[in-house]
Amino acid sequence: MIQLLKMAFRDLGRNRRRTFFSALAVGVSLAILILMASVIAGEIGGAFDAAIRLQSGHIQVRSASYDENKSSLKWEDLVQNPDQIAAQIAALPQVKAATPRLFASGFLSTGNESAGVRVTGIDPQSAASDPYRQGLVSGDYLTADDSTGLLLGQPLALKLHLNAGDNVSLSINTANGDVAEQTFVVRGIYTTNTYGFDSATIFLPLAKAQAITQTQNHASTVFVLLKDNSYTDSVASALKPGGLKVLTWKDLNPLTVQFESLANSYIGIFYLIVLAISASVVINTLIMSVYERTREVGILSAVGMRGGRIMMLFLAECALLAVGGVLIGVILGWGATLLFNIHGFYIAKMGITGILVGNSIFARLTLSNLISLSILTFIITVLSGLYPAIMASRLQPVEALRAEK
Amino acid sequence: MEVVKIEKATRVYKIGAVETQALRGVDLGIDAGEFTALVGPSGSGKTTLLQLIGCLDQPTSGTVWVDGKDVTRLNRNQRADMRRGHIGFIFQFFALIPTLSAYENVEMPLLLNGHTPKERHDRVMELLSAVDLVERAKNRPDQMSGGQQQRIAIARALAPKPALILADEPTANLDTENGRQVMEIMEKLNKETGVTFVFATHDPRVIKYARRVVTLRDGLIVENNGNGKKS
Repeated sequence: MIQLLKMAFRDLGRNRRRTFFSALAVGVSLAILILMASVIAGEIGGAFDAAIRLQSGHIQVRSASYDENKSSLKWEDLVQNPDQIAAQIAALPQVKAATPRLFASGFLSTGNESAGVRVTGIDPQSAASDPYRQGLVSGDYLTADDSTGLLLGQPLALKLHLNAGDNVSLSINTANGDVAEQTFVVRGIYTTNTYGFDSATIFLPLAKAQAITQTQNHASTVFVLLKDNSYTDSVASALKPGGLKVLTWKDLNPLTVQFESLANSYIGIFYLIVLAISASVVINTLIMSVYERTREVGILSAVGMRGGRIMMLFLAECALLAVGGVLIGVILGWGATLLFNIHGFYIAKMGITGILVGNSIFARLTLSNLISLSILTFIITVLSGLYPAIMASRLQPVEALRAEK
Repeated sequence: MEVVKIEKATRVYKIGAVETQALRGVDLGIDAGEFTALVGPSGSGKTTLLQLIGCLDQPTSGTVWVDGKDVTRLNRNQRADMRRGHIGFIFQFFALIPTLSAYENVEMPLLLNGHTPKERHDRVMELLSAVDLVERAKNRPDQMSGGQQQRIAIARALAPKPALILADEPTANLDTENGRQVMEIMEKLNKETGVTFVFATHDPRVIKYARRVVTLRDGLIVENNGNGKKS
């Protein structure tokens, strides 16, 4: 076998330029796959991260009758005494933060401009609110007892031409179906670098939100952040709040889950197309090699090399080519991912709705993607050598010896 | 004892609708230790006959025995095994593997036969010494003259200790001096090792080395006699 590999290696060295370009074709294909897989993983991972961090948390505890799409504020659709439930959940060791939140639909207007908004009542001091506090770009952050201030996302502030300290009128639905209106001060402007979220979400302190919507001591949800994603199922199954439902981030982000599944299906087809192109280059190289070495195949056959071994010789060449290609591909793919991540791919203004994605997509190169794509490329490349190898092994010795080369 | 026995062998090539009879019914026996020349003009069937004996091709009809075995009924792999163990080849175009050194070329049949590294080394060095090319062991074919390449090909043919060595126009691409050297080495090895040599040629300078000359014309043996030489 070592001798076979030695022969195969030397055979590849005969036409170094052709061998290099064939390996490069395999390498570039693998690099494209690695970059694509990393971008998709980055996009989906980023979407889940953003959704969990900003909107859904890892787990939410809600009233069984709560309909998120309607942002219902009826008391029977809300969680009663949410602080008590949140405190119980927060006592679990896997939990980073558990805090009540209230969601309501509202309408923000200034003199000439207006915009529909999702009002979120939050506990400003909770660790779950860190992304908004840390994202403050101007003004001040909210305090729990602030009864006149609100936090505004940066794109919304730009759209409404508002700055910190400006007054703005908020119309908001209440528990009894009325609309309450009050003038607020823009206490601060934040960004989470997630355009879809920042352009539609404003924050009030929970107490103020409950007061204006007349939902005293009720919340839409108890928002739970865990110390690690992997705790989700175990914590969710441990929570048994009476009359309430427990939803995980997968339940709360069905579109992102669907998008992930769809992306995985499409990328599989993409992989096959790219690898088919690279395989055709390898097939072409090896077929040329078989034609150029027909007489040599005849000699090997004459000295008693069986067809199977001749086939193995060409497959060994293909395997070495594949190893070279995979090495090139890993380096190029890794480099391309690094290059991609210098600026990321800006998508904020693309109007993506339904799922939360950051303003820029960044690639995530995972070890499992790197290994699985390298193995896939290696296998496809070696398989592509099968036809030329069989062709060589079936050459008739007499015909082969008669060949010009 | 006959190393080769051929009975009523024919070989017909079909190219499209055209049939060419390369052999028209050949009977031949070659004893162990012979140094025999197959002679005749181009197209007489010499090479075809060598290919049938060498299990590189199969007769259209008739039977070929090599080393006591009927090789006409062997499948592709069995014929490869037969060549590997019983038959050595020397071709007109030297036929060395260009990516392998002289040493590795001679070693190739031994590798295929599963010899140990020590056995291979000893045998290769013995043969390189026999063809007087030990100093060229590490050279690749393109670093050697035609005569040297052909001597390496002789060493390779002898490596597995075959019963029979077939040489097709072994001096056709060599100058007179190299051709003479090659023939003298073949003759010497035939005498020293007792291996049977059968070579196809139409070069009178080569024919004179043969102890038996078989003449073919139009696919038939027309003469089969000694060459005035003693074994």
